[in-house]
Amino acid sequence: MSAAEPVVTEVSQRPPLGRALLSRRLSTRLLRSELRLIGGRRRNQMGLLVLAAVPVLMAVAVRLSSPREGGGPDFLSSITSNGLFVPLAALTVELGLFLPLAIAMLAGDSVAGEANLGTLRYLLTVPVGRTRLLVTKFGSLVVGALWGVAVVVAAGAVAGIALFGTGPMLTLSGTEISFGAAVWRVVLVSLYIAAGLAALGAVGLFISTLTEQPLAATVAIMIFTILSWIADSVPQISWLHPWLLVDQWMAFGDLLRDPPFWDNVAQGLRVDLGYAVVFGLLAWARFAGKDITS
Amino acid sequence: MTQHLGAPATAGPGVDLAIATRGLTKRFGARVAVDGLELLVPRGSVYGFLGPNGSGKTTTIRMLLGLVRPSAGTSSLLGRPIPQGAQEVLPRVGSLVEGPAFHPYLSGRANLQRLDAADLTADPRTARQRIDAALDRVGLLATAGKRYRAYSLGMRQRLAIAAALLMPRELLVLDEPTNGLDPQGTREVRHLVASLASDGTTVFVSSHLLSEVEQMCTHLGVMSDGRLVAQGSTSEVRGGSAPTARVLTGQPALAARIMSGLGLDDVQTVPGGARGVPDGMAPEAIVAALVEGGVGVREFTVTSPSLEDLFVSLTGEGFDVSG
Repeated sequence: MSAAEPVVTEVSQRPPLGRALLSRRLSTRLLRSELRLIGGRRRNQMGLLVLAAVPVLMAVAVRLSSPREGGGPDFLSSITSNGLFVPLAALTVELGLFLPLAIAMLAGDSVAGEANLGTLRYLLTVPVGRTRLLVTKFGSLVVGALWGVAVVVAAGAVAGIALFGTGPMLTLSGTEISFGAAVWRVVLVSLYIAAGLAALGAVGLFISTLTEQPLAATVAIMIFTILSWIADSVPQISWLHPWLLVDQWMAFGDLLRDPPFWDNVAQGLRVDLGYAVVFGLLAWARFAGKDITS
Repeated sequence: MTQHLGAPATAGPGVDLAIATRGLTKRFGARVAVDGLELLVPRGSVYGFLGPNGSGKTTTIRMLLGLVRPSAGTSSLLGRPIPQGAQEVLPRVGSLVEGPAFHPYLSGRANLQRLDAADLTADPRTARQRIDAALDRVGLLATAGKRYRAYSLGMRQRLAIAAALLMPRELLVLDEPTNGLDPQGTREVRHLVASLASDGTTVFVSSHLLSEVEQMCTHLGVMSDGRLVAQGSTSEVRGGSAPTARVLTGQPALAARIMSGLGLDDVQTVPGGARGVPDGMAPEAIVAALVEGGVGVREFTVTSPSLEDLFVSLTGEGFDVSG
């Protein structure tokens, strides 16, 4: 082969343009690689352990402090007749700090972490289109949100059912629903909370494109979250509340009414979607033309 | 500034270019990092991209790969404009930019798997085989399972080269590929570049190790202070400078007088001898004259000026001084 002629056999190994390329474009290989990267990281595994430990601790604590028979008030014993209250209680507790922190860490790693390691420039020269990279990163954050919530719920359900059994569940409306129906309610609650966390992930993705320091991004995302909680608790600025991402996060309780009360949940999902779209676009606007000098 | 500039014969408009830039400029704030660059890299060449640290080499490479947007000017890679055509052309370009960068807690192989997974043009069915071949090519196959954080600098550098070789490439852009490598590693990289070039791959290699460039490049470009001060085939770039004759003797003054008498230019005494520019005169004639004149010749050499001399004359400053 002459020096002036690039190797021709290589070209024939490449996929033909057109349909094959389209199917490649929709390939989930990068997303799967991303999830392996997240799941394989020791720190993230430790984080999941912490998320899982909370419901287990709560279940044990409640079990030890509430005698199942005897003359105590009936209310607690009817709650504790169904182990699924454990994951719900754990979600309530962890939604304040641990779950947002988990998303903040993943989001910090997503772009700022890659920039910090320098791997970002190698991904972009593979090449991975910048839009495709952001979409993949956001996809991994959505999966991460589902993952975190699922771990809390699964650990809580296992601990709760082991300690309190599978009796009927007392809804917030005072009626009882069967264990099977209660499982579906818990799944709905999990999806609702994961949607909120995914929206926070979009905020995090944007913040992550602003810096090359993953820790700085994580801290900034937590500051955003905590400021939102604080603002949401100040009645004097109630006009702002409907615009806050966290405002309706705790509305998942409405899914435990009989029948479920949808208004607040729908409002929460609208806000989640709004944040995801706005911050997703901001992240794109920032990242698409950014000079990668890391 | 540029006696060598102007379109060199080997890179005229009719030549198929792997890299071409027109007025490529990058400003960071008020600082001009790259100023009106006109790179012409013919296909099939091994192009040595030289310049002191801070002269704009890496910024140029980042612009060529679409990582940094130029402030002005255009560039094309394998005939496609950058950055517009980057997605289309970059799969055919392997690159090493400003040192290796990988995930420290993944193994060498897992890091390559990740990069391969990111490549839409890579066939997942052949991934394992291609990754092993790339690792083998840089001598890392035995340590591919170790975590990247446990790798030495040389191993990291090799892994980065392996990443550039994951797919068949028409162009390799290698920024300081031998950085951190031991002498054997440096030699292996040189052989690797030679074997890739003989397959027809164009290699664009930036370096500040002149001897390394001298040994493997067919073309040279020299950057100084963001500007290209010389470009062309190695012989063209070096052609302007005449060889020097040097004699080692116990009688430097006498040797210098005889050399001047023979008509050599620029004769001067140096510690332990004398030197001058023979300007076409046969070396054996000079030695004969010296011996006849009673100079005890211990050693006599005629050398072309080293690339280093040329480099210093072009960039006008110490090599490791940033511009």
